[in-house]
Amino acid sequence: MDRRSFIKSTSILGSGLLVGFSFKDNIAVAAGEGLSNPWLQLNSDNSLRIFVARSEMGQDVYTSMTMLIADELDYPIEKIKIEMAPANAKLYGNDALGGAQITGGSTSMRDAWIKLRTVGATAREMLIAAAAQKWNVAASSCVASGGVVTSGFSKATYGELAADAAKQKHSGKPTLKTKDQFKYIGKNIGRLDTPAKVLGTAQYGVDVREPKMLAASLAMSPVIGGKVRSFDSTAAKAVKGVEAIVEVPDGVAVLARDYFTAKKARDLLNILWDNGNTAATADMAAIEKGLREASKKKGAIIGKAGNVEAPMTGATKKVTAEYHMPFVAHATLEPVNCSVSIQNGECHVWGPIQFQQGAQGAAMAASGLPEEKVFIHTTFIGGGYGRKLENDYVAQATSIAKASGKAVRMIWSREDDMTHDYYRPISLSQLTGGFDAAGKLIGLSSKLTSPSITARAFPGFVVDGSDPFMNEGSANLTYNIANYRAENVIHDTGIRVGYWRAVSNNLNAFAVESFMDELARSAGKDPVAFRMSLLDKHPRAQKVLSTAAEKAGWGQKLPAGRALGVAQMECYDAYIAVVAEVSLKNGKPTVHKLTCAVDPGVAVRPDQVRAQIESGLLLGFSTAMKNKITFKDGAAQQTNFDTYPLLRMSESPVVDITVIEGGEKPSGMGEVGTPLAAPAIANAIVAAGGKRIRSLPFLS
Amino acid sequence: MKLDVNGQSVDFEGDDSTPLLWVLRDYLNITTPKFGCGAGLCGACTVHIDGQAIRSCVTPASAVTGKKVTTLEGLPAAIAKPIQDAWIAESVPQCGYCQCGQMMSAAALLSNNKNPTDEQITQAMDGNICRCGTYSRIRRAIVQAAKNIA
Repeated sequence: MDRRSFIKSTSILGSGLLVGFSFKDNIAVAAGEGLSNPWLQLNSDNSLRIFVARSEMGQDVYTSMTMLIADELDYPIEKIKIEMAPANAKLYGNDALGGAQITGGSTSMRDAWIKLRTVGATAREMLIAAAAQKWNVAASSCVASGGVVTSGFSKATYGELAADAAKQKHSGKPTLKTKDQFKYIGKNIGRLDTPAKVLGTAQYGVDVREPKMLAASLAMSPVIGGKVRSFDSTAAKAVKGVEAIVEVPDGVAVLARDYFTAKKARDLLNILWDNGNTAATADMAAIEKGLREASKKKGAIIGKAGNVEAPMTGATKKVTAEYHMPFVAHATLEPVNCSVSIQNGECHVWGPIQFQQGAQGAAMAASGLPEEKVFIHTTFIGGGYGRKLENDYVAQATSIAKASGKAVRMIWSREDDMTHDYYRPISLSQLTGGFDAAGKLIGLSSKLTSPSITARAFPGFVVDGSDPFMNEGSANLTYNIANYRAENVIHDTGIRVGYWRAVSNNLNAFAVESFMDELARSAGKDPVAFRMSLLDKHPRAQKVLSTAAEKAGWGQKLPAGRALGVAQMECYDAYIAVVAEVSLKNGKPTVHKLTCAVDPGVAVRPDQVRAQIESGLLLGFSTAMKNKITFKDGAAQQTNFDTYPLLRMSESPVVDITVIEGGEKPSGMGEVGTPLAAPAIANAIVAAGGKRIRSLPFLS
Repeated sequence: MKLDVNGQSVDFEGDDSTPLLWVLRDYLNITTPKFGCGAGLCGACTVHIDGQAIRSCVTPASAVTGKKVTTLEGLPAAIAKPIQDAWIAESVPQCGYCQCGQMMSAAALLSNNKNPTDEQITQAMDGNICRCGTYSRIRRAIVQAAKNIA
């Protein structure tokens, strides 16, 4: 199909104007046969609908993406009606993630920055072209602003022009606004989802209510992947209110009007599980032994500078250290859940979904229905952090709906959620640094041994033993060191792993930024000054580092017993530096304050940059302080917030954030805040006179 | 049994050991109390019983007969509006899942104490987990709401 025929404009849905984006052609497209789901729909009554095709889990795509369209279209943002887009990779694909309709990798705004502005600007140009034709004036005399086009004394709302606009030709590559012309971008307009979330009308997955929908509770093996060998449901069936009991590939489900009854009956099922051989995951000692054995293998070289083979050549002093990170769980506050109705040859899926294509595929496989009969309805997500990229729960709920013939709302218990996660991988990082006789750091080598998430989830993206997501935080090192080698060894421990907010940046940043501190101390240098001297190729990194240090009072007199530790990195195209202020009591750290400077390039909604950084810092902080998942005979040992405690208000340190816009386009932001709290705290503990902690969590 | 929910008398025919959370959510379609942990550890399910904040996921229906159950939907406007206005003004929610429970804890606090200290705010709110870490905004919103009420 040539481009011209693809972008032919026709009016559908009455007299509206619809515009979307073809990621294949990298241009805006208007209504036509190629456009069944738009990004924007302008109606003749001048109402505007925007279909947000990234999942809203707190990171603000709902508002920020709408801002990009509204700004270029020049339409009053408060009047926009927003809907979650359906699954359609052709129109809603994410170029930054291989074209799949995924919300992840802090890519949404980076991917949308030009695309969605192009969508808005294309609609604006089509409206102006329609007005010019209607009034027989030059397009250059027409101004589109606030939902109205004017030229001299002529005036029409966008809605009045929508039908004619839909017939206009367009290039798909309109002129975009310049920074000084933005009405919304860069301004702190209120989040558009805040009223619904505050009034309690926002619908999350657990809130889905459809006619005759039953609650379902699924009994799964304590060992992930375990299968039912046999089961006895006599006692469960006897529970009043049980409507159905069905076996599905992952276990046995009980259906009832309410969750409590379903769960109560489910707990009375007597199931014999086949868990296979769990010797490799018998306990943490077995898992860690396997990891250490694997670390002796050669891995993929993923970071290179100078003498890669022998980066310590010429070093007169070497420093070596090992760092270790535990498995951790996503523990989203909304437990995993999914609702499915299969009726009249159609399968409808509602839920907290981060990967619409995957959800559609999972429901197709489980329902046996074709793509065009499987509809994905994405709700607000009560915490994602990567957990809801997986579609195990979509397959389960669809299987239960199919086997029972009922519409079901499957909700996992907190214990199900904690023990059936895709855990952030365990890791072993081995680092060596070398100084020359003059005391200059001339060589660095780092080796990460860890399970590869991508090898499980998207194996095609692992090339020559290199998982691009495993390399984040090491391949993109900002330090200018003459000789550098970063090596990754992929080791499957037998525990299921998944993408967890900031993924391997967490593992690599803890190792690298702790080690940079050890190197600075070994060389007798100030940790900030030491880093600054190695960041000469990254002025933006230097700027955030010096700003965070200054704001934190680096080098100034602190309250008695307090000490500072620093860490910095580049991730998701953002530069960030964090200083932790810590005191010790009986060797245990208390974190009083986290001071952060961040450069997001462009801050689309500055208040959200702050909110995301605060959220990320606190998640990184609380996870580093207290959280780990351990395994016994293949099963997770932590089950709820008593054994896997989450941050509470009384434990929250003061957070001070400075935003420095140092670029021309937005960076990612959802994951940027998470990795650095851990190394900054580890470094502060040493500064306070404590022991170097190289294995997390701090309080274990 | 009969329950008094948001000022209305409702019949509940199910098992009287059913936690109030599931009576509200699955029988009465009142969805602002959220399910988070099922163990009284996270506060997402917070509602009021006779004006006191409780965790509805561990409170059986039998324990609330003859008492007034109030959810965010039924909170008097004189207390709900100042709190919700403050929550909006401070742009508190991120994912938003915990916030109905947070506001119910805040409402119980402010109903009994019009001018809470920082320490009292922390005490009243410490049972409510926010995985997005919006605690500083929650604190600011409560201070603001107290002013709105006064």
